[in-house]
Amino acid sequence: MKMKKRSFLAGTAMALGLAATGAWAQDDKVKVGFVYVGPINDGGWTQHHHESALKMVETIGADKVDMVYQENVAEGPDSERAMTQMALEGADLIFTTSFGYMDPTINVAAKFPNVKFEHATGYKTAPNVSAYSARFYEGRAVMGTIAGRMTKSNIIGYIASVPIPEVVRGINSSYIHAKKVNPDVQFKVIWLYTWMDPAKEADAARTLIEQGADVIFQHTDSTAPLAAARDAGNVIGFGQAGDMIEYAPSPRVSSIIDNWEPYYTSRVKAVMDGTWESHNVWEGINTGMVGIGEITSAVPAEVKAEAEALQASIESGEYHPFTGPLKKQDGSDWLAEGETADDGTLAGMNFYVEGIDAELPN
Amino acid sequence: MLTLEKRPQPSKALSYITPVLAVIVTMIAGGLLFAALGKDPVVAIRTIFWEPLFGEFASYYRPQLLVKGGPLILIALGLSLGFRAGIWNIGAEGQYIIGAICGAGVALAFYPLDAWYIFPLMVIAGALGGWAWAMIPAILKVKFGTNEILVSLMLVYVAEQLLASMALGLMKNPEGYGFPGSRNLQQYPAAFNGELIAGTGMHWGVAAAFIAAIFSYILLNRHILGFQIRLTGEAPRAAKFSGVKPARLVLICMGVAGALAGMAGMFEVAGPSGQITLSFNVGYGFTAIIVAFLGRLHPVGIILAGLLMALTYIGGDVAQSRLQLPAAAIQMVQGMLLFFLLAVDVLTNYRIKMTKREVA
Repeated sequence: MKMKKRSFLAGTAMALGLAATGAWAQDDKVKVGFVYVGPINDGGWTQHHHESALKMVETIGADKVDMVYQENVAEGPDSERAMTQMALEGADLIFTTSFGYMDPTINVAAKFPNVKFEHATGYKTAPNVSAYSARFYEGRAVMGTIAGRMTKSNIIGYIASVPIPEVVRGINSSYIHAKKVNPDVQFKVIWLYTWMDPAKEADAARTLIEQGADVIFQHTDSTAPLAAARDAGNVIGFGQAGDMIEYAPSPRVSSIIDNWEPYYTSRVKAVMDGTWESHNVWEGINTGMVGIGEITSAVPAEVKAEAEALQASIESGEYHPFTGPLKKQDGSDWLAEGETADDGTLAGMNFYVEGIDAELPN
Repeated sequence: MLTLEKRPQPSKALSYITPVLAVIVTMIAGGLLFAALGKDPVVAIRTIFWEPLFGEFASYYRPQLLVKGGPLILIALGLSLGFRAGIWNIGAEGQYIIGAICGAGVALAFYPLDAWYIFPLMVIAGALGGWAWAMIPAILKVKFGTNEILVSLMLVYVAEQLLASMALGLMKNPEGYGFPGSRNLQQYPAAFNGELIAGTGMHWGVAAAFIAAIFSYILLNRHILGFQIRLTGEAPRAAKFSGVKPARLVLICMGVAGALAGMAGMFEVAGPSGQITLSFNVGYGFTAIIVAFLGRLHPVGIILAGLLMALTYIGGDVAQSRLQLPAAAIQMVQGMLLFFLLAVDVLTNYRIKMTKREVA
């Protein structure tokens, strides 16, 4: 086994030789690569990364940026190859836009020290690897407020995707803020173990509606839950990843929009200026990474005002969606009065807050 | 007018030529598709089929052919035995997953112990896992006459659920901040299935694929079992009269295929992939079915077909990022390969004949 380790190191060294020829074979245009997990027209996660990337090119100028992308890249060794390929072909900066690309990104980055990498929604960094993510839970707080005010049955359905901290944070944040304005709310959560599957999403939405839910949250990317809500009538929901404005004014009463463009533009510019440095950032409503879609006329004016006030206070930094007193689901203390959650705990959140009557899959 | 006339014997020569013909027709049809998408068809085809082998960065892509082709070949070799005997194991993907789970399970159970026997144990566990998973449809078929196509296919989805449960629960990395996915075995030297010779892409899984090909060749050509397998596929009634026990053959063929698929999964999780994750399986078990048929169910053919398939994946990726071809177009080209192979196969079994139109 010792032999193997040595040969692996030798392999890395060889790749470094390749890197030297690859990364510098470029003209004065900055070459930026994007690796996507889904097709660029999935209507959700990947599409918004791609649209943001295209806007970034528009903002900086197509004469200065050369953008390449690869869609439908499976997480694991295939993504490692896709990144290596971009690095070999002279990319200066590569955005890898799915959590499952984390270890592959770190692996490839080690072989190409002159190429910069940006990995979305992970936690590992290196001198040439940054991590970036959005505080979607801030948006969920605003949606939670609307949901708590709008529900008549006091049952709120939640279509959850994959049990990772981001999704758990979203459930907690929605619940805390719905409960704040309506102490009688109950959450029903269905886990789908997928980020996008219109058929399953529609089934889940119908099941939740049958169980009495009249507000549906979704952390999955298709519009199927909104379609199911419309068919049922008197059920509302929220756009996810995209605005999903085609379902406005109802069932879609607002939305959480992924907007990566400002970040992409600033990072590409940083590479052009030579000021790029590795960091681990988490941006929210304040930088525009988390956008809140227009709150429609289906929402009473005073509820809309209340939601917008919350949005403004989060944006200004005056209010943190996870502010104590808060207890964990098991009744143990988490945050004291006035205390706010630190990013470390939030990043790895794997518990529900008190009051959610569901079990986290484990 | 042209008519098809059945050959008394399938043409041997054509059965070698048709795969090559299928590749050529695929290139032409693929080129037309790319042209319709507004890309230069010659450049696109050259990027897919030529660049990875002889292009600027071939020194990186060539080893990748082995990494990508290794599991395909290993799985396809196992499947081909059954396919020859008319035993249809469609669930190699599931057996691959279970093999990976068992192999990784052994590694994670020993973590962080450094001992020489861990890796061999993982190989055995992977093979046993795949074998056991394949035994479910095999035994159900032998005992209750269930359809092995359906049962083995359905078990893929069961295996995927198990995989998810492992990634989220039992095997979740305790240092992974609550994210799904196991520890990365690439960072665990005793379990890591790294390159045997640096820069070649050659890991134990690839070596196993070549060894399996040799054994498969000997089995089919020199062993009584191989004879029985071929006989059962070609003349089931004759096989029965000559004393072949179909039940035994089902158990052996399914078992070997399962064990090889399980090993492929284990080598993958311990090497190129490194982790048990929600998205660990990427369809090798299904693609291997194409590889088996493209390779004419022959060990040497399967090696070539596996490498060709790997080439379309790697070249397809190069074309995607360099020419910005949509991923779906690449997948269509891969699909065309099997489609055209089946189409030109007509020539193996039939000959084209000119006949005069009869006057009524």
